[in-house]
Amino acid sequence: MISFSKVYKRYPGGYEALRNVSFTIPDAQMTFVTGHSGAGKSTLLKLMTAIERPTSGTVVVNGQNVGALRPRAIPFLRRNFGLIFQDQKLLFDRNVFENVMLPLNINGYERREAARRVRAALDKVGLLGREKANPITLSGGEQQRLAIARAIVHRPSILLADEPTANLDADHANELGELFQSFNQVGVTVVIATHDEHLAARLEPRLIALRNGELVAAVPGDGP
Amino acid sequence: MRTWLTQHARTLAGTVARLAHAPVASLLNIGVIGIALALPVGFYVGLVNLQALARDLAADPQLSLFLTLDATSADVARTEERLRRHPGVRKFRHVPRDQALADLKASTGLGDIVGSLGRNPLPDAFVVDARDSSPQALGRLRDELGAWPKIAHVQLDSAWANRLAAALRLGRIAVLLLATLLAFALIAITFNTIRLQILTQRQEIEVSKLIGATDPFIRRPFLYYGAMLGLAGGLAAWAIVWVVALLLNHGLADLSQLYGARLELRHLAATDSASLLGFAAWLGWFGAWLSVGRHLAEIDPR
Repeated sequence: MISFSKVYKRYPGGYEALRNVSFTIPDAQMTFVTGHSGAGKSTLLKLMTAIERPTSGTVVVNGQNVGALRPRAIPFLRRNFGLIFQDQKLLFDRNVFENVMLPLNINGYERREAARRVRAALDKVGLLGREKANPITLSGGEQQRLAIARAIVHRPSILLADEPTANLDADHANELGELFQSFNQVGVTVVIATHDEHLAARLEPRLIALRNGELVAAVPGDGP
Repeated sequence: MRTWLTQHARTLAGTVARLAHAPVASLLNIGVIGIALALPVGFYVGLVNLQALARDLAADPQLSLFLTLDATSADVARTEERLRRHPGVRKFRHVPRDQALADLKASTGLGDIVGSLGRNPLPDAFVVDARDSSPQALGRLRDELGAWPKIAHVQLDSAWANRLAAALRLGRIAVLLLATLLAFALIAITFNTIRLQILTQRQEIEVSKLIGATDPFIRRPFLYYGAMLGLAGGLAAWAIVWVVALLLNHGLADLSQLYGARLELRHLAATDSASLLGFAAWLGWFGAWLSVGRHLAEIDPR
């Protein structure tokens, strides 16, 4: 469960990214955070993962007050998440398999079990045949799916995606939407920040709409 | 505990792989560290050898008493008698001038030159062992014996050994200073090497932090790399000193044949070798630790 209460976020320099934002995302729910660029979507995700800390108010993830965590506890909070970044952050000095292996190395998985999980994740996103390829040789859609495989390989309870369909055409975006839906169906909490209204319309998720850092609507969808 | 061990083993394997991945760069780094360490270690080996030599020579300080050339056999007998009664003399040996000449002929191959001399240039001599071998007592005894009649010169054989010991103490300080300076160099080398590595792996570090890597996890491979670099450099230094000692021993073998003495450079003792390797590894680790602490903080994911 993720809950924000009366969260303000002011960046150094005075820019106020979030103003008095409160909402709760229950477990195993698919939620979209919408709004124009600059509305505070990315900041919202960064507050959940302790990349940023709230200026005031509290952010609670799985019962932990994220804003008050000691720096040493932050890595363990982040292991609850699968993160899909806007710029993907793939590592081009290693192949597809090793990219997906990274979170399992960090979590200290035994090698054979890790390899099995990597293949399962690659199979899920349809990249099983490309495990030896360098990510640079993949198409935009394939790179996005590789980023998803890396995010889900350690079976996180929460999947966070920042503009996952930004560089994709409509067909690929739909494919991706179905992929997210399938994770949600097995009980993963999915939070997607997007301005892609088609995707939102198709998946009928719960919506958190932001405008200029303020919550304008929290529409409960009838998701699973 | 098992995952912890696995992670360390994996890091170690990864570090070796990384060293092997860029063999030329690694070898150059190791070579620089090796040469930097070989200097003080080489001096140290030289010092240890000289010290052993000095100890052998200085163990039994003796006084050589040379009579004047015009001393008669009566003068010799009188001096012998006085030495026998002197409380500071433990024992003494008379070296008659004729015997000294015969020894000189036999031992140094100067027979022809000695034979060509019209008369014996060597004086009668006494070799005296003192009861009290402290430098002060020896000095007093030398002054006292030198004042006796018909005594040309009293030579304190241990004087040069004492001077050598003092010079060796100075040498030790010089080695220590050199080692300190070059230890700094080693730290600087690893510091910079690790800094470059962190820069090239910036993205990996950033992503790792974002997906839940702890700081020790991120730091570990760099620390291992620094320690391995130091250890390999230490091994290189050891090998350099070993080869140099081997080559010098070849030269020394010829020299010692000429002088009829056994001169041989001994290499580092096992404990010294172990502390060299341990210290080198620690220095590498320390350089890496400084570098990682300094540069990892700069990588803060956004």
